[in-house]
Amino acid sequence: MGDPINLISQWFNNLLLGWGLAEGLVKVISLAIGAAIVATLGLVTVIALIWVERKIAGRLQDRPGPNRAGPFGLFQPFADMIKIFTKEITTPDGADKVAFNIAPILAMASVLMIWAVVPFAGTVVGANINVGVLYIVAVGSFGIVAVLMAGWSSNNKFALLGAFRAVAQMVSYEVPMVIALLVPVLLARSMGMNDIVAAQTPWFIIIAPLAALIFLITSMAEVGRAPFDLLEAESEIVAGFHTEYSGMGFGMFYVSEFLHVWTVGALIATFFFGGWSGPGAENFPILGILYFYMKTFIGYFLVTWIRLSLPRIRIDQMLAFNWKFLTPLSLVVLIVTAVVDKALEMAGVERWAYALIMLAANLLIGWIVVLILKAVEPNRKRQRVEFEHRPVAVAPKSTDS
Amino acid sequence: MLDNWLYIGLFIIVALFIPAVAVSLPRLIGPRKPNAIKQEIYECGMETVGDAWVQFKVQYYIFALIFLIFDIETVFLFPWAVAFDKLPLFAVMEGVLFILILLAGLMYAWRKGALDWA
Repeated sequence: MGDPINLISQWFNNLLLGWGLAEGLVKVISLAIGAAIVATLGLVTVIALIWVERKIAGRLQDRPGPNRAGPFGLFQPFADMIKIFTKEITTPDGADKVAFNIAPILAMASVLMIWAVVPFAGTVVGANINVGVLYIVAVGSFGIVAVLMAGWSSNNKFALLGAFRAVAQMVSYEVPMVIALLVPVLLARSMGMNDIVAAQTPWFIIIAPLAALIFLITSMAEVGRAPFDLLEAESEIVAGFHTEYSGMGFGMFYVSEFLHVWTVGALIATFFFGGWSGPGAENFPILGILYFYMKTFIGYFLVTWIRLSLPRIRIDQMLAFNWKFLTPLSLVVLIVTAVVDKALEMAGVERWAYALIMLAANLLIGWIVVLILKAVEPNRKRQRVEFEHRPVAVAPKSTDS
Repeated sequence: MLDNWLYIGLFIIVALFIPAVAVSLPRLIGPRKPNAIKQEIYECGMETVGDAWVQFKVQYYIFALIFLIFDIETVFLFPWAVAFDKLPLFAVMEGVLFILILLAGLMYAWRKGALDWA
């Protein structure tokens, strides 16, 4: 009785078989329905997330956030949806019409497709393929193509600049992201998502904290949110790659960005925070789904918090940070993890000692990195510009004395 | 195993279908009143000058090239990481050597100034 989702799908299969349908057709139908449910779930989550994010942003910026439509502004995303569905979609003159119209669909699809392999619980997983990580990386790259198509086909100079920046940024940050993903793959000896979850005793955040940090930073750059929102920097290049999009064309980019952040949270939860695992999750998949969603939300909240706290970085800083810091660091982390892992395996130590030594190795790398950074720029201190005190508003002097 | 790939195939169709419907729906229920000014390419309200499809900075090209090298590297490293249990120490060291060679390549590009945004 602990697994209602598989129970329902079995009941449904038996129902269709009872109607006299062929077994292969039943399989296709039930798989298609499963896929539709997972994809729709992603979109429904986005509707909730738009409200949540605006409320968090409001709280962090000392304002109420949406509070007019419905209780606590809960109906705001629905109002936005109705508005955006009834808006006209314009295609600019001289645009490459095919690429221009396919780009938003591809942007959304690239993020949705990742959810095909994400395990919600031990038995509730869409496709438990043995190359899950590789699939995620491959499918995620479609997003870059979509951004490029959108920017290039708009025939707009701002959009083109945004697309160029997308090449430089998303393509660059893919390198440390994939190398950071190699660490959990190496620790779990598998590319299957469920195998990685099962291998996490203790969680990989303890065994490989540096890889988790690199993955968090690079995923944020992949999403293209502040502090890495150079490809749509509104104060520099209007709206970047989606300048020419209106109505639902823009809506798709907007929704895919939200869903991508949520996906990043899910991936961090799966790779480093034990995924669906938790007390009682093996026997009750519903509990596993609950744990998974809670962990995902923590990751999501972290990304949102960073987004709302940090200013945008410059393009040269962005590239230098990736190629001169993150990429060498991720390679070193991979080498150290591999060597220490093999040495401990040959020494045959207990699991807790293994985790502690791995943690110590990571901390050592972090410490050395700080020392190197200090040696490279010894006199770098945070500069603080002191302004003369100027009151913003001065009360008028009372004239009657 | 084959079921899983069937599911992924169906999922890709669904993932393309949902946004396609979402983008097509406004074309049916939304207004459709194109005019010359509305279709104009946005350039801060000024009349557009020239084509947007111009030559771009070669710097972007170099980053794409470096990316290509590292992406292929990681494709080689994934099987290495998956088969880590069965590898003898020699094979692990070989993998480390492979990463170090690529690190040297990165250092070379760094020294040549390919990573500087100028």
